[in-house]
Amino acid sequence: MRDFFEEIFSSIRKNKLRTFLTGFSIAWGIFMLIILLGSGNGLKNGMLENFRFMSTNSLTIFPGRTNVAYKGMAKSRRIILKEDDAEVLRGSLQANASKVIPMIRTGNKNIANKSEFTNNNIGGVTPDYLGFINSFIIASKGRNINETDLQEERKVIVIHEKTAKILFRDNDNPVGEYVNLDNIPFKIAGIYSEFSGGEQNPRAFIPITTARSIFQPSGEINDISMELVGLDTKEQNELFEEQIRNRLAQKHQFDPSDKNALWIWNRLSDYMQMQGIFNGISFFVWIIGIGTLIAGIVGISNIMLITVKERTHEFGVRKALGATPLSILSLVLTESVIITAIFGYVGMIAGVGLTELINFIMTQSMDNSGSEDSVSIFKNPTVELSVIFMATAILIIAGLIAGYVPAKRAVSIKPIDALRGE
Amino acid sequence: MIRIKDLNKTYYNGAPLHVLKGIDLNIGKGELVSIMGASGSGKSTLLNIIGILDNYDNGDYYLNDVLIKNLSESRSAEYRNKMIGFIFQSFNLINFKNAMENVALPLYYQGVSRKKRNIAAVEYLDKLGLKDWANHMPSEMSGGQKQRVAIARALIAKPQIILADEPTGALDSKTTQEVMDILKTVNDEGMTMVIVTHENEIANQTHKLIRLKDGIIESIEKPQLF
Repeated sequence: MRDFFEEIFSSIRKNKLRTFLTGFSIAWGIFMLIILLGSGNGLKNGMLENFRFMSTNSLTIFPGRTNVAYKGMAKSRRIILKEDDAEVLRGSLQANASKVIPMIRTGNKNIANKSEFTNNNIGGVTPDYLGFINSFIIASKGRNINETDLQEERKVIVIHEKTAKILFRDNDNPVGEYVNLDNIPFKIAGIYSEFSGGEQNPRAFIPITTARSIFQPSGEINDISMELVGLDTKEQNELFEEQIRNRLAQKHQFDPSDKNALWIWNRLSDYMQMQGIFNGISFFVWIIGIGTLIAGIVGISNIMLITVKERTHEFGVRKALGATPLSILSLVLTESVIITAIFGYVGMIAGVGLTELINFIMTQSMDNSGSEDSVSIFKNPTVELSVIFMATAILIIAGLIAGYVPAKRAVSIKPIDALRGE
Repeated sequence: MIRIKDLNKTYYNGAPLHVLKGIDLNIGKGELVSIMGASGSGKSTLLNIIGILDNYDNGDYYLNDVLIKNLSESRSAEYRNKMIGFIFQSFNLINFKNAMENVALPLYYQGVSRKKRNIAAVEYLDKLGLKDWANHMPSEMSGGQKQRVAIARALIAKPQIILADEPTGALDSKTTQEVMDILKTVNDEGMTMVIVTHENEIANQTHKLIRLKDGIIESIEKPQLF
């Protein structure tokens, strides 16, 4: 075995420049493939990052204005949703809606603790909402809004950890303290943070019933969100949206086909659409990458052909001395695989190194600038380990393909032709 | 050792070329035979067929009582490796291997370990007076030295027969005689040998001279030995 490789390396050593030039094309091919895949992944990770603030399997319904006259009512009528609409949907859609969350948005309000103050968007919500936005109450820092809060319309508030830091500089755990919300005192029930880290604008949450009685006496709510289960296809999602429209159209007397009466933002279908786009991008990246690689393979194949031609005489001698066709075949094929694999790995390491470096620099600069205001469409532009294994297999196969034609040529050399004088 | 009966060979490159038209030839063990003939007489073709480098159309060829006919590539490679030693006009050494490695190459194809075959190679180089040149590359050697390396290589696998195609064609007269003396010594030790040549001095030093003309054996003579 050692002899066999000795044979190959003596041939590679003999042609250093040629081997290098050949190998460079394959190294470049793999390098480009890794960079392309890394960029594709970076774009994908960056885009999907935009979904992190809410469950991807969710939708939100916003009331609108009717666009068509219906049952004697003029068009441009405003649809007003109330909490009981959420109840109606919860009752009729429970098969696919695991959580139905009505919400009153009171807009930006001043939250103050003595002389410290900040502005937060205040949401009147139910207990389900915090989980819905991928957030949680920090351990031993209070509790979430609960059913009793809702029933008793308690003036309790859940604030973000950053808000807590601004309002209570010296108090690490201000749970139970009071803050003034538009000069109305609210007791801090809990402090929350996000699983995904770094929400752009910290918000504060109060029970929806409290929000209604203080800020929205009409009882009008701003939107209804749902967490979806079992909707895996575009068709199922469309059907489900239609069910929502039909149910609310019946209750509020508008045309179910009037898309303007209700706005439905379906993140699941957005997400699926996005995934589709990225699968497309991945596909193209692979096509381009493989194309580059094929160019490398053709290069290697070409140069191996020249090598075989140059070594015609040597192969002739070997054959005359008793080299079997198989031994000649494996000599050329192995040389091809070794060149491809070694240079392929060089390209791969260079590519992975570069993507990791870019990732490192991006992470660094993000940490320095304070993550909340750096909106990037590029994140973690690296490739998975599985790609590396796949690339290894591709390299070996590529080497075999590249070596096949030259090896066949070498095998077909007739010793008598090769040895006929010089 | 060699029995050839009614051997025919035609090349089909464009117009068919009938190169060997019924060769009958017997070469006994330990014989030193030379083949002469004008170019195109078929002497190289005959040597290639004897060396299992080429195949033939009809007739029979027995080498050491083994019928050499329609062999697979790997089988003929095996026979070449074990039964035949080649010596060429242009030496045909591998230029990126040193003398020892060149000599050891036939044993590599027999699967002999590196250590053993290198020992054997140096032994044969020693026999031919080239022990000190074992680690030299062919490009550093003279023609006569190269041919001696090639002879060592032909001998190392202990073949049944040595085939030499114009072994002295590229050498000057002094080295020609040196190489010829070596070949005669090898023959004296019992090795069967066939030499294709166009030099009368070479042919005259063999036991049997076969003259080929237009694909048939014109004469078989017994040259007067010097």
